[in-house]
Amino acid sequence: MFSKLRLVWLVAGRELKDQARDWRVLAPMIILVIAFPFLMNEFAKQTVDFLNQYEANLILDRFVPFSIMIIGFFPITISLVVALEAFVGEKERGTIEPMLSAPLDNWQLYFGKLLVGVATPLIASYLSIALYLVLVVRQNLTLPSPMVMLQLMLLTTAHAMLMVSAAIVISVQSTSVKAANLLASFIVLPVALLMQGEAVLLFWGNEHILWLAIVGVLIISLLLIRVGIAHFQREYLLGREIDVINMRWVWNTFWRYFMGGAKSFGQWYGSVLPAALRRIAPAALAVTLIAFISLWMGYDWIMVNAAGLINKATPERLQKIETSISNLPDLTNLQGSLNAPFLFMNNTRAVAVIFFAGLFSFGVLGILIYMLNIGVIGGLYALFELLGMQPLPMFLAGVVPHGIFELPALMIGSAVALYMGAALVTPQTGKSMGEIILELLADWVKIFFGVVIPLLAVAALIEAYVTPGLLLGVMAK
Amino acid sequence: MIETHELTKQFNDFLAVDGVNLSVGAGKILAILGQNGAGKTTTVRMLTALLTPTHGWARVAGYDVVKNGHDVRSSVGVLTEQHGLYMRMTAFEYLDFFGQVYNLSAAARKLRSDHLLEYFGLIESANRRIGEYSKGMRQKLALARAMMHDPGVLLLDEPTSAMDPESARLVRDEIARLKSSQRTIVICSHNLTEVEALADQIAIIYRGQVLIQDSLEGLKSAALGLPEYEIKFSAAWHESRVDLPQGVEILSRTATSLKVRVAAPSVTNPLILKSLSAAPVMAFQEEPRTLEQVYLKVMAKAKGFEHVQ
Repeated sequence: MFSKLRLVWLVAGRELKDQARDWRVLAPMIILVIAFPFLMNEFAKQTVDFLNQYEANLILDRFVPFSIMIIGFFPITISLVVALEAFVGEKERGTIEPMLSAPLDNWQLYFGKLLVGVATPLIASYLSIALYLVLVVRQNLTLPSPMVMLQLMLLTTAHAMLMVSAAIVISVQSTSVKAANLLASFIVLPVALLMQGEAVLLFWGNEHILWLAIVGVLIISLLLIRVGIAHFQREYLLGREIDVINMRWVWNTFWRYFMGGAKSFGQWYGSVLPAALRRIAPAALAVTLIAFISLWMGYDWIMVNAAGLINKATPERLQKIETSISNLPDLTNLQGSLNAPFLFMNNTRAVAVIFFAGLFSFGVLGILIYMLNIGVIGGLYALFELLGMQPLPMFLAGVVPHGIFELPALMIGSAVALYMGAALVTPQTGKSMGEIILELLADWVKIFFGVVIPLLAVAALIEAYVTPGLLLGVMAK
Repeated sequence: MIETHELTKQFNDFLAVDGVNLSVGAGKILAILGQNGAGKTTTVRMLTALLTPTHGWARVAGYDVVKNGHDVRSSVGVLTEQHGLYMRMTAFEYLDFFGQVYNLSAAARKLRSDHLLEYFGLIESANRRIGEYSKGMRQKLALARAMMHDPGVLLLDEPTSAMDPESARLVRDEIARLKSSQRTIVICSHNLTEVEALADQIAIIYRGQVLIQDSLEGLKSAALGLPEYEIKFSAAWHESRVDLPQGVEILSRTATSLKVRVAAPSVTNPLILKSLSAAPVMAFQEEPRTLEQVYLKVMAKAKGFEHVQ
């Protein structure tokens, strides 16, 4: 094993030496590492002076950690160029073939490049942060606590890993450095959005949630690394040399997978669709298990958190809550606002959101949204129980009738998102990444239109025209 | 040793290599000739386990290119179409890096790189960045890289392109030496003179298919027919009847020359001379038939044109 790892280090060492000799990489990095902390420090000083006028001490405390996060982020974006051209750059320069012809395994090449891709921006980020901290101390500003400092360093590392692992995937799949650089915006923009959320957590003072962000980003990074290795094929690195969007191929490939060789609608519904459902069966099983966990989590969270609040609440307040819950479903006017098309569109949108969120996060975000949806049911059950109402009859009348159609639709829709994520991180030889994505998309369209939409339509009809009557009957008792 | 059977590579709807059968033993050189895009590079890439055959199989140095890709890559030295040199490294660093990739010890790397740099006349520039090298120097360094781990099989794409005549001679001598030390060598080249001088077997490839594969003499016979000889006389010779041995066809005759086509020259040529013992023979020489003629003839036939000079 050591000799195999030695080759990873060898590839990384060569690459690192190459970067160190390239002034086009070095010069901007050095300038950025040195100049940006001073710039940020000046900005911090101005902000502090401004905020002091209004005695906004809470924000002042949080401003230094925020600055550290930003200072750590910028060198990563600049040095992303190293990772972006890791493979495609070598391909353009013609140096990739001797490397691919050498006795190096795919993972050795991949991790060698990844190591340099992560190390280069991290060195720059750490140096920049260190310089900023010196400036902070000299300004007599409050340093973050060791725990927050640890979180910020881990967050910077996680950002670097996320961006670099995505950049390497792009580098392997791109046909030119130009295309890879253009695709980089798909890395920088989501990470910038993610950082806005993290900044809110920092200002908000919810450091414990920041741990979740760190873990989440690291999980996505590991999945991206897995995707990169799973779809690293020497053949594709050598084979594709021209950037041509072949819409005809895209459509033909999608249609071939969508039709699955069926000659008629009956054949498609009878054999192609069930085959797609069989493929997602393990994911559906996992999603079912997750549903039970989510129900329990929702129930438990309300029981733990809401019980205290209810105990502390004044009798008047309690009365008000009970009255508002009793009046909540204004069932007499229900069909005016919550009609079947509205319910159908709402639920369809929820399943589509799970799919799209899952598409960009290997199913992870999609499943989180799914868990939230299911968790709400558990939470409501607990809330009714806490308020002394009888939840079971209400659930049997208000959820089960349409739920037996709606929940399977939600679960199947979420299972497809999970299946797609799992399929993307699984090696499949003989297929390009584009073909795999089209195959997965065809599966999703099949299941969405063949199963999910019909189930949601039936559920919406029941929810709009049957459930209110049943619920009214139960509540009247 | 290289052996392929019905080796085929298809890229989507493009058939790059179509059922190629090759067999090259130890101590032999096979030259693959063909137009640009004929399938030479794709064939070589399959032999280095870079591309997976769509159909058929190939064994290189005893290893299957699909099942034992890593072993294949350890056993071959490849000179690629593009040199693939890292311009910011020095020649020493470059060879040392690949020596480490091929798991050579530090002492072996030093010995081997010194030897190769010395042989190719690069030792003086060994500590200069490769980016400062001339095209010929880069070609020599790329070749040195391919030979660094002293592989049993060498796959060389245009080994002497961009080289001056002196350097090209140096490379040819080295290839000949490697052949005599029982290496298996495949050369893809457009330099037909070089191929004539080096190759034991020549394969001409067109649109992914091997049109013909044989020794140089075999190719000449197959493509250009039986060898022709011209006999020149020092004085006019008017003897009407000449008893030439069987298997000799007279193509033309003048007072001072005779042109014949011979089926088995090694046996028949001495008999021709014997039968012309009374004639004032000044010279007996084979009509020049080059590989270029063979190549053009074979390619013309493949394209459907027969009238080639």
